[in-house]
Amino acid sequence: MIEFHLDTHSGVAPYLQVVHQVRQALRLGLLSEGDQLPTVKDVVARLAINPNTVLKAYRELEHDGLVAARPGIGTFVTRTLSDASLAAHAGLRRELLRWLAGARRAGLDDESIEALFRDCFRTASAEDVA
Amino acid sequence: MTAVLETKGLGKRYGRRWALRDCTLEIPPGHVVGLVGPNGAGKTTLLNLAVGLLSPTSGDILVLGDRPAHGAAQLARVGFVAQETPLYAGLSVADHLRFGAWLNPSWDQPQAEDRIDQLGLDRTQRAGELSGGQRAQLALTLAIAKRPELLILDEPVASLDPLARREFLQHLMESVAEHELSVVLSSHLVSDLERVCDYLIVLVSSQVQVAGEIEELLASHHRLTGPRRDLERLPASQEVIEASHTDRQSTLIVRTDQPILDPTWSVEQISLEDLVLAYMGRAAPTRATRPALLRVEP
Repeated sequence: MIEFHLDTHSGVAPYLQVVHQVRQALRLGLLSEGDQLPTVKDVVARLAINPNTVLKAYRELEHDGLVAARPGIGTFVTRTLSDASLAAHAGLRRELLRWLAGARRAGLDDESIEALFRDCFRTASAEDVA
Repeated sequence: MTAVLETKGLGKRYGRRWALRDCTLEIPPGHVVGLVGPNGAGKTTLLNLAVGLLSPTSGDILVLGDRPAHGAAQLARVGFVAQETPLYAGLSVADHLRFGAWLNPSWDQPQAEDRIDQLGLDRTQRAGELSGGQRAQLALTLAIAKRPELLILDEPVASLDPLARREFLQHLMESVAEHELSVVLSSHLVSDLERVCDYLIVLVSSQVQVAGEIEELLASHHRLTGPRRDLERLPASQEVIEASHTDRQSTLIVRTDQPILDPTWSVEQISLEDLVLAYMGRAAPTRATRPALLRVEP
């Protein structure tokens, strides 16, 4: 079982924080298939947040195919994220390191590299949406 | 579904002064509603009208589809904890439960006893000897044990220390999850309510400034910063809630359901607290001293 925490000053919607924390736990292997998520009542009693916030987060996770609700029993993990990301990890990591070395050779400093990465990231996301 | 609270042109006047004016609301069930506004804005008046402790000077009010305090059945459907959580100082915790059981037809004694045990309260202790946090928790326990459909709480956490405040809201949210209650609670601080509410009413100077689901409110309000410009030239779909200008820059908080197309604006999300403050600033009579920035009223 995992526990959620909430950062009210982060500007990230509380339900998204719960979603991120579940995804993160799946990625790190803290949660795997068949594990139960805390019940809505437990989460709200611990965090003092609105039950609809937790319901919305769980619905989103369900929509993503990561968990399934069994009425009257609870919400259970149906898929894990760790394998997929780990397998792809090593190759991507190597490529990124190679790219970073190239950027340094081209004379970019840390800040410029970050700015360039973020700019590309945004462009790519925008193209995905379009 | 029947609205938990529906008002049309509701008003309450004391002598010449309107404590609440032209209040029109329709709150769907299943929400935890935060009623926010400065002290003296009319929050207690609205809540007292909803529980039938006051009768309106003008307009209409329906609570769960019926007139407030209209008969025993209606009284049983609404739970109310008044400001400062009044209890009988000379009665023990157990006496309060007995009293509650005697007065309320749908009283849930096992649940009330469980909760008292969870809170670690001594049943023989008099209410007058409890701490502020314990008193608030006992009052909440009583209000929930009557199993209302709607729970109304007037400034329930204002006098509590941060830990007692958190514990109170934990208890409240647990009950909401368990019993599917609708809740209306007031506070002069939006930060107290931010985690627990999903619906917000901002009340300033006896008038409702804005009301709606928090998610929708946050999605439709934006902070725009850009080169200084004339407010007259904004698209009609953008309602300016707050505006401040320097000689070269304008900073606005606007409400709009349309996308912001003007590329010279930089658009940011605003926090719930900023949203509430913008409406409070707009409603309050112009304060002469606004430091540094020249303020142009919309």
